[in-house]
Amino acid sequence: MHVLTDYFQFWSEKYASILDYMTEHMIISFTVIIITVFVTVPLGIYMTKLKNEKIKGLMFHIANIFQTIPTIALLAIMIPILGIGFTPAVVALFLYSLLPLLRNTYAGMQSVDPEIIEAAKGMGFGTFERLFKIELPMALPYVMSGIRVTSVYIISWTTLAALIGAGGLGDLVLAGIGYNDKFMIFTGTILAIMIAIFLDFILGKMEKKLSKV
Amino acid sequence: MIELKNIDKVYEDGFQALKNINIAFEDGKINVLIGPSGCGKTTTMKLINRLVDYTDGQILFDGENIKQMNPIELRRKIGFVIQNIGLFPHMTIYNNVATVPKLLRWDRQKIRARVKELLHMVNLDPKTYMNRYPSELSGGQKQRIGVIRALAAEPSTILMDEPFSALDPISREQLQDELIRLQREINKTIIFVTHDMDEALKIADQIILMKDGHIVQKGTPQEILENPANDFVKEFIGEKRLGRRELPALAELIRTPFISTLDDSSTEHAIEQMLKHQVATIPVMEKNGKYVGTVNLYDALSNKDKQLTDLLDPSVIPINEIDKTEDVLRHMKQGKDTIPVLSSDQNMIGLLDQTKLFHVLHEMTGGECGVK
Ligand SMILES: Nc1ncnc2c1ncn2[C@@H]1O[C@H](COP(=O)(O)OP(=O)(O)OP(=O)(O)O)[C@@H](O)[C@H]1O
Ligand SMILES: [Mg+2]
Repeated sequence: MHVLTDYFQFWSEKYASILDYMTEHMIISFTVIIITVFVTVPLGIYMTKLKNEKIKGLMFHIANIFQTIPTIALLAIMIPILGIGFTPAVVALFLYSLLPLLRNTYAGMQSVDPEIIEAAKGMGFGTFERLFKIELPMALPYVMSGIRVTSVYIISWTTLAALIGAGGLGDLVLAGIGYNDKFMIFTGTILAIMIAIFLDFILGKMEKKLSKV
Repeated sequence: MIELKNIDKVYEDGFQALKNINIAFEDGKINVLIGPSGCGKTTTMKLINRLVDYTDGQILFDGENIKQMNPIELRRKIGFVIQNIGLFPHMTIYNNVATVPKLLRWDRQKIRARVKELLHMVNLDPKTYMNRYPSELSGGQKQRIGVIRALAAEPSTILMDEPFSALDPISREQLQDELIRLQREINKTIIFVTHDMDEALKIADQIILMKDGHIVQKGTPQEILENPANDFVKEFIGEKRLGRRELPALAELIRTPFISTLDDSSTEHAIEQMLKHQVATIPVMEKNGKYVGTVNLYDALSNKDKQLTDLLDPSVIPINEIDKTEDVLRHMKQGKDTIPVLSSDQNMIGLLDQTKLFHVLHEMTGGECGVK
């Protein structure tokens, strides 16, 4: 019982700063997610239309290289280039999440049966009508599952962004390690998990809605 | 009318898929492209809605060169049923059928009415099927939807690439019948690809038989069956169908014995004979068996006092026993019920058994049509 009352005590004293950490965390994660989606999905689509196999291969290689760099190392590399704080954290996390979403978008677009595309062409769809009414809706399950997985990763990686002074729940965890404060570590972790679950839930709802157009 | 003039098609990899193709697809006709796999049927069809570009020649759509037309507008004017149907899996049946009307920005009410009308036309209840997805339909139902989707925006021309190929024989027959019925109702120009000769013979106004990228023969089913251009055509049609089309020799169609009268008997007697045997005409012969002519009951009754030989009906023309049955058919257009058959030396052999002939014709055409 002691533990619980102590924990409530902790929350009532610190809730303002805890919420600040959480807000910071969400701002970083959501910025990365939005940039990733808006850059990677169109890029993935563009790559399916690209005839040149060499350029395509090269792009996947580059995305792959970012993915293989350990997260901490990638964040560290950002310091000499972009300094510390929000921007380098966002850039590093973006580079890191490039590949999973790119790969899913590409696979989703490739999964559309060429006969369906031919049927759409033959019925008189223009390029963009075809993209938005046929290809994207059909690739949607792949793209959305890519977005969901990537989002969950990003929220968890954002915890590391505290290492280069970007703040977020990582700060809470690091401080907890410093002070040897279990509550801090636990709170930071549990909140990161909850954000991830919540976002996954919302995206799941969105996917259902979109696929019913 | 769509005209293909001296069309060549060489694919990017250098493969020549079509060689000097000349076809005229007439308005309101069902044109069937047929031939072995890989002979260029689909390629020919896709030339028309510009999914494939030809490398040489010219295609005219109602006299206008299709290269001068906007491909997207052209495609919206031409219904298209692709090989393997190609329904959009993420759209309801309603939205699938409404595709082209929506692209053309028809009024909502008009689209709704049109979709319902089309579903009724192929015997699918709109209430039940409109909101289903393609995966919730049987193969035959999907093919029906594929066909009406192509009809939705009332195109004057419809391209159909093996639309019934994946069906069991019964549904296939049904859809063929529906297509023929539809064609009569809505009078479209249909270009239909198949490699099933029975299907082609059944539905076609014009058959275009292809092989290795060129046209081997084109014509009506009748023409192709009667005059196959070469062994390839014969083989493709199949001995069975060719054999079945051959009419029996005239000798098998002669009716003996027959009622006749001699040229020296009285008119009274001839009338008696005709009444007794309930016939309206009677051939007149000499004692030695030579044919003199034919007298009909009407002339005889009104000229009882005249000689039989004065009453001969000039419109009855006898045929010769060595004539071909096909020629005899043509001859029969006069519609006489008595056609005497003579030997080369003018002896009367018997009468043409018309009942038997019609029976044979009926069997040959599967009981569907009479003599063309
Ligand atoms: N994009 C392409 N590039 C190169 N060759 C092609 C291409 N498309 C088709 N061909 C070739 O052109 C020839 C004709 O193809 P087409 O699809 O017109 O045949 P088809 O008569 O419709 O055959 P099937 O009855 O099997 O459908 C084939 O030999 C095929 O391999
Ligand atoms: Mg084909």
